[in-house]
Amino acid sequence: MVKNNLKFEQLETASKKKKIIYRWILFLILGIFALYYITPLYVMIVTSLKSMEEIRTGNLFYLPKTINFDSWLEAWRGQLVNTTSGLKVDAGNVYLKNYFWNSVKMVVPAVAISTILGALNGYALTKWRFKYDNIIFLLFLFGTFIPYQAILLPMARTLGVLGLSNSITGLVVVHVIYGLCFTTLFCRNYYVSISDEIVRAARIDGAGFFKIFFKIMLPISLPILVVTVIWQFTQIWNDFLFGATFSFGEAAPIQVALNNMVLTSTSVKRYNVDMAAAIIAGIPTLIVYVLAGKYFIRGLTAGSVKG
Amino acid sequence: MIWLKRNLPKIVISPSCALLVWFVYGFILWTLYISFTKSKILPNYKFWGIDQYFRLWSMDRWHVSVSNLFIYTSLFLILCILIGIVLAILLDQKIRAEGFLRTIYLYPMALSFIVTGTAWKWILNPTLGIEKFFIDIGFENFTFDWLITPGMSIYTIVIAGVWQSSGFIMAIFLAGLRSVDDEIIKAAKIDGAGVVSIYTKIILPMMRPVFMSAVVILVHLAIKSYDLVIALTSGGPGTSSDMPAVFMTQFAFHRSEIGLASSSAIMMFLTVTAIVIPYLYSELKREDGKK
Repeated sequence: MVKNNLKFEQLETASKKKKIIYRWILFLILGIFALYYITPLYVMIVTSLKSMEEIRTGNLFYLPKTINFDSWLEAWRGQLVNTTSGLKVDAGNVYLKNYFWNSVKMVVPAVAISTILGALNGYALTKWRFKYDNIIFLLFLFGTFIPYQAILLPMARTLGVLGLSNSITGLVVVHVIYGLCFTTLFCRNYYVSISDEIVRAARIDGAGFFKIFFKIMLPISLPILVVTVIWQFTQIWNDFLFGATFSFGEAAPIQVALNNMVLTSTSVKRYNVDMAAAIIAGIPTLIVYVLAGKYFIRGLTAGSVKG
Repeated sequence: MIWLKRNLPKIVISPSCALLVWFVYGFILWTLYISFTKSKILPNYKFWGIDQYFRLWSMDRWHVSVSNLFIYTSLFLILCILIGIVLAILLDQKIRAEGFLRTIYLYPMALSFIVTGTAWKWILNPTLGIEKFFIDIGFENFTFDWLITPGMSIYTIVIAGVWQSSGFIMAIFLAGLRSVDDEIIKAAKIDGAGVVSIYTKIILPMMRPVFMSAVVILVHLAIKSYDLVIALTSGGPGTSSDMPAVFMTQFAFHRSEIGLASSSAIMMFLTVTAIVIPYLYSELKREDGKK
């Protein structure tokens, strides 16, 4: 009897030890993956803080000897060169300041309009059922999947006819139109899960379409509106295809400008400025992600498990 | 007035529907028609037949694009799903600092493909990038020049693409794992099932819908890949890392071959449709079944 008990205790400590070892292996693997994801950001930051001399002599992972933000300034407002009339930005120099504001001017109206329309559409599709509303829903749903290459050419021509090619307004129009499918889908899927009873009761009390929307639906829509706004903001800020196809030169959004900056190497590649520029272009969406990560993930999954 | 009141929902949704029908479905039909014409720099509406498709499929550059798409899609799919599942299962073990780790795994998803491409282009730089690091720590003959090697540059796109998107697959699998009923797991444990067999025999088979969604999203993402290729390799060296999306924009906007470009766009559209329609069909059926 005593012997048996001893054996049992030994077994128990052995399995505890085993458990601890498993935990360590688990953390090790998770840590290695964390390293894999974080390393590029680390490399970007340290590179942006080094001088070109330091980049050439050191290597990718070394910390900068001194921290200087010259590359950031250069990426933001161009490289200053000595001219007869003092320090000036070189004419052929691509820098981000103007394009950053282009993107802001494009994102704000495009996100606002597409979100409002999406909420109204989703509400109309779910709470005011009418004939063929399912077919309309399917049209929106399939619209989220189409490869944009199939609409680029006619869109370019249409913007030309409307006199909107190469303008921020034109890009706002494009992003509203193709964002509508996503915003409508998100809101529709949210409103479907809300009980019809409230709406029915309000209708019996004589409330109309808009009154119900503003007084009842909108106040409870905050979670989905946050998800939609974040989704649209990230998509439009990060868009390159539409920006590169429908605009060039002065009206280009930031992603296009970043790509031009990296590609048009004048004489010497300045990797530090490239990295600073890439971080500047990524900061707005990163901030949104850090502040509202929960909603960001919810948007991703809402966009994935469709229908 | 009563008419207006009754039809208000339809009136509200109709502008959006009109936009959708015209700018999405109408435009696709326009592109389809142009792919049957001889259009060069300007659209030529005279019907020509399917010759553009024969031209397309006889071009080496198109074949390179398609085979690159195939390589990219299969590796991207396998790696993202593998990493996604492993990370999701490991994170599901009641880990301390789970939120922190999740934030790290998922932040690349917030970055654009242009930013991703710019960063990886520098890391994979053949002289000053990761190659120099390995030489510095003692591997004197270490070379890593995939970025400028035809036939290898497509794999650099895989590396960057997986880095950007795998965290997302982790997130949807984790959400799926969390929705599995605890009672089932408890019952299996009482029956003496080990952790491994609980996952492989019970939980993962239950995740089939999540798995399907992941596959469709990843394939769809891969077919649309454009930004990442442009930022990382610009389709180079030469045209060795071309993909259909890059091919299409090249011929549409730089080579003035809009008939040919349209036929390549239609090929992309058909591929996406062939994958998405069955998926949507099964998803909607599942939703109907729930009601």
